Amino acid sequence: MKEFDPGDNSASIASVIDRVRPVKIGMPVTSVHFLGDSAAFVGAEENVFVVGGEAEVSPVAVHGGGIMCAASDGGRIVMGGDDGKLVAFSASGEVALIATDAKRRWIDNVALHPDGAVAWSAGKTAFVRSGKREEKSLDVPSTVGGLAFAPKGLRLAVAHYNGVTLWFPNMAAQPEFLGWAGSHLGVAFSPDNKFLVSTMHEPALHGWRLADNRHMRMTGYPGRVRSMSWSVGGKALATSGADTVIMWPFGSKDGPMGKEPAMLAPLQARVAVVACHPKHDILAAGYSDGTILMMRIDDGAEILVRRNGTAPVSALAWNGKGTLLAFAAEDGDAGLLEL
Amino acid sequence: MPELTSQKIPVTVLTGYLGAGKTTLLNRILSENHGKKYAVIVNEFGEIGIDNDLIIGADEEVFEMNNGCICCTVRGDLVRILDGLMKRRGKFDAIIVETTGLADPAPVAQTFFVDEDVQKNARLDAVVTVADAKWLNDRLKDAPEAKNQIAFADVIVLNKTDLVTKAELAEVEARIRGINPYAKLHRTERCQVALSDVLERGAFDLDRILEIEPEFLDGGDDHDHHDHHDGHHHHNDHGHSHGGPKHYHDEEMQSLSLRSDKPLDPTKFMPWLQNLVASEGQKILRSKGILAFSDDDDRYVFQGVHMMLEGDHQRAWKEGEPRESRLVFIGRELPEQTIRDGFESCITT
Repeated sequence: MKEFDPGDNSASIASVIDRVRPVKIGMPVTSVHFLGDSAAFVGAEENVFVVGGEAEVSPVAVHGGGIMCAASDGGRIVMGGDDGKLVAFSASGEVALIATDAKRRWIDNVALHPDGAVAWSAGKTAFVRSGKREEKSLDVPSTVGGLAFAPKGLRLAVAHYNGVTLWFPNMAAQPEFLGWAGSHLGVAFSPDNKFLVSTMHEPALHGWRLADNRHMRMTGYPGRVRSMSWSVGGKALATSGADTVIMWPFGSKDGPMGKEPAMLAPLQARVAVVACHPKHDILAAGYSDGTILMMRIDDGAEILVRRNGTAPVSALAWNGKGTLLAFAAEDGDAGLLEL
Repeated sequence: MPELTSQKIPVTVLTGYLGAGKTTLLNRILSENHGKKYAVIVNEFGEIGIDNDLIIGADEEVFEMNNGCICCTVRGDLVRILDGLMKRRGKFDAIIVETTGLADPAPVAQTFFVDEDVQKNARLDAVVTVADAKWLNDRLKDAPEAKNQIAFADVIVLNKTDLVTKAELAEVEARIRGINPYAKLHRTERCQVALSDVLERGAFDLDRILEIEPEFLDGGDDHDHHDHHDGHHHHNDHGHSHGGPKHYHDEEMQSLSLRSDKPLDPTKFMPWLQNLVASEGQKILRSKGILAFSDDDDRYVFQGVHMMLEGDHQRAWKEGEPRESRLVFIGRELPEQTIRDGFESCITT
């Protein structure tokens, strides 16, 4: 494994640090999403901070407490809070209340479907609301760890203890259950709808090939995987949790079964967040020491975006066109990079 | 905000069998004029009157870690809630977790041993068990959960002492001591206990594992207590009294203490301890110790919950301080002779 410290050796790799526009959020940031060309930084509590063409940061109040989860489809960000509310923040700057939990429980997870359907969870219950149709709910055996819509049809993956439940909210059929012992926290479908991958409480991913429910164990991480991102076209899945970006190959019908992952950009720090570019085989990775690197997936060539020596990177996102990269660290120090 | 991120939030676990008075104690803690803000994690969400800004309902979801260790269970809901609460750092000073009356405290404690995110942000302060002076004796006979909660406790609030006679109180205290002679015991009516006796105890702080002497009954004559240097509280199965308080041996749950004033061989002791908790960890609820190793000028301290252990060199032995090793195990049907023999074999000769 090669080692380098971008702080000391930054002259030896290409750097775009001087092209980054610094942004001060002044509060811990948990995620960032683009609404058009404006970056919206989701704070740990109460506010979303919008950074548009000018460097001005405008806070918008969305919740009356902690913001537990957020998802975006490019047109709006939907967030769940510890105030029991599910709130949408649109590109035009409007804040709309979508739902309030009857028991004021935390809204732990949220997912958006391209056709406008929204799913969220509180405790053991997953809810779906699509278009003007009435809300539907599904109770699973234990607290929901994560939600994801399938790329085709209205099908929701609900992660919980000991597996993932696949639910067609508009069909009467019994939900399908994919079992695997342990606590499943995050969940994602591959863009081609052939694979389902979950992040687990232990440092591992678990996957299923949906055609035959064959298991795929993806282990070897030193820490829990909190961030994953599909490369353009879904050929590979980039993940955090190790001191390199771990890229699992999903290009063939067997996915990563029997294959080794690619390891990119090793540092002496944990990868905290990954975000693949929407158009090209490029990804950005943020590390626990504050470093941010962009890298080419094919050959691992790296470009330095942000130096180390700060709080862990907590948020990374590309805009839809892939011309802007937004990032933030846990301490609210953020930036925008135009390519 | 370095001062926010570097400080771990203390977490107090409040257990006790149904009706013992957990909620009374909780409300007392919250209503006292202490200037502190607490986040409270409760089980029966919304059903009990608790007046606090930050109350989170928990589901007590226990799951087994996929590490082949059957008693390695953690509270997944707690992992999630603590993670969520950290978004509101600065809004509270400490966290109190109230378990259900039937809960086993072990998964709560183990969550703090195995989850790296929890470890980063929070620290387990103490397990506080509220016990009902009138009914505990009966519960110790018919409710294994009640016995677990007593065995696991760092602090026991023996409540409703106004409902029993002096003799009954002595009886129930002796029963408690037969299971767990190490917990701090406070007699209360309506949970009237000083908050400093239940909060900020540092019971899981390795630096504070200084006193692992059994805390014998106060009030009675102390004269016959100090001869139990082998820490074996097994006299016989009946309460007996020779001027001092009664001593009981609980058939199922016991404590065992070991000591040696000769140094231990670390190359023998460490593998022995690890093997012991690996093979007998289901029976061992709590363990802790202060160790003097041969050719080592530092005290070594450790503590464990079931199969999980953590330990570290704590500080140098002081001038004139007796370099004595002391270990304590609390557990169910402990294989006493095996443990004693194993320990003996680790002592340098």
